[in-house]
Amino acid sequence: MSDQLNLNNSIVLDVLREIGNIGAGNAATSLAKMIDKKVDMKVPIVNVLEFDEVPEMLGGPENVVCGIFFKIEGDITGSIMFVLDQSSAINLVDLLMPRDNAEFDEFTISALKEIGNILSGAYVSSLSGLTNLKIKISIPALAIDMAGAILSVPAIEFGQMGDSVLIIQNEFIETNASKKVDGYFFLIPDMESYEVLLGSLGVTL
Amino acid sequence: MSTMIKVGMADLKVADFPNALTTLGLGSCVGICLYDPLTKVTGMAHIMLPSSKAIRKNENVAKFADTAIAELVSQMESKGAKKSRFYAKIAGGAQMFSFSSQNDAMKIGERNAEAVRMILKEMGIPIKADETGGNFGRTIEFYSEDGKLLIKTAGKGIKEL
Repeated sequence: MSDQLNLNNSIVLDVLREIGNIGAGNAATSLAKMIDKKVDMKVPIVNVLEFDEVPEMLGGPENVVCGIFFKIEGDITGSIMFVLDQSSAINLVDLLMPRDNAEFDEFTISALKEIGNILSGAYVSSLSGLTNLKIKISIPALAIDMAGAILSVPAIEFGQMGDSVLIIQNEFIETNASKKVDGYFFLIPDMESYEVLLGSLGVTL
Repeated sequence: MSTMIKVGMADLKVADFPNALTTLGLGSCVGICLYDPLTKVTGMAHIMLPSSKAIRKNENVAKFADTAIAELVSQMESKGAKKSRFYAKIAGGAQMFSFSSQNDAMKIGERNAEAVRMILKEMGIPIKADETGGNFGRTIEFYSEDGKLLIKTAGKGIKEL
């Protein structure tokens, strides 16, 4: 058994990219159903980044962002995190419940937890369907803080395996209102679970 | 003119007077600052994990508490500083997300801070300030003039240690 995930292996990366694509597609569909509007989604960008490059995607390590974190349980274990910058977070809540003078208040936070739950759930259920593995997510935990601090959580998880982070970037756009939501998913199975996950798709590490 | 030198995640740097060191947005990672008051040589490491021993891929010494502190001490000594005069200030080790059913993996911040304290004790380096734990991120700045540590948070103000 290897204790190192080779993110430079192109087959492994292709599989993870495809998982990202399908998961994000499913999440976009769920979002569209939830708001009962047409949601466009760009093809997700799957990137392997050095630790330092990750917070830069979210405006730098001190930029305040919103992270919604779930544990993954079942046939595989690990975690999944959905991260948004503040304007995307407010836009996302606005899509669901349009308000005047939207602020980052308690209401926004609880709405975000619920939306995060639905998106991550859709993500994981497509993964489950693809692999025939039983996968479920925990209740959400939400934090609003510096991007560096929020992203230290997935970085540390990936840090146990190597020196890079796998990040799946999604852009959702509600067609009529042209409100843009940039969201980033971090799917972080535990090391043993990577083998189970990739193995179930016929890829050996 | 003093320069503010940036230390990234899983990175370490050593600076001479009058330069200062900073690392931005520490979460569960721990920022370790070492200072020699006589030569005013400073060092800062931004570690992610407690120990290099449990992990096979461990070439990056700055990633782990044990190897990062050893490397920091050796780099500072090569600049003329002396370990016997060093003191440390540490910050970070937060738990950004909490669940009611805690498992070990989630307490990585606490484990990082604990490992740092233990290693510093083993090396005989006293800890003058310990600003670890909590559930929030921190940016730190460490000044070579007097070993002052500045801690900034999002929405919780600035603290000087």
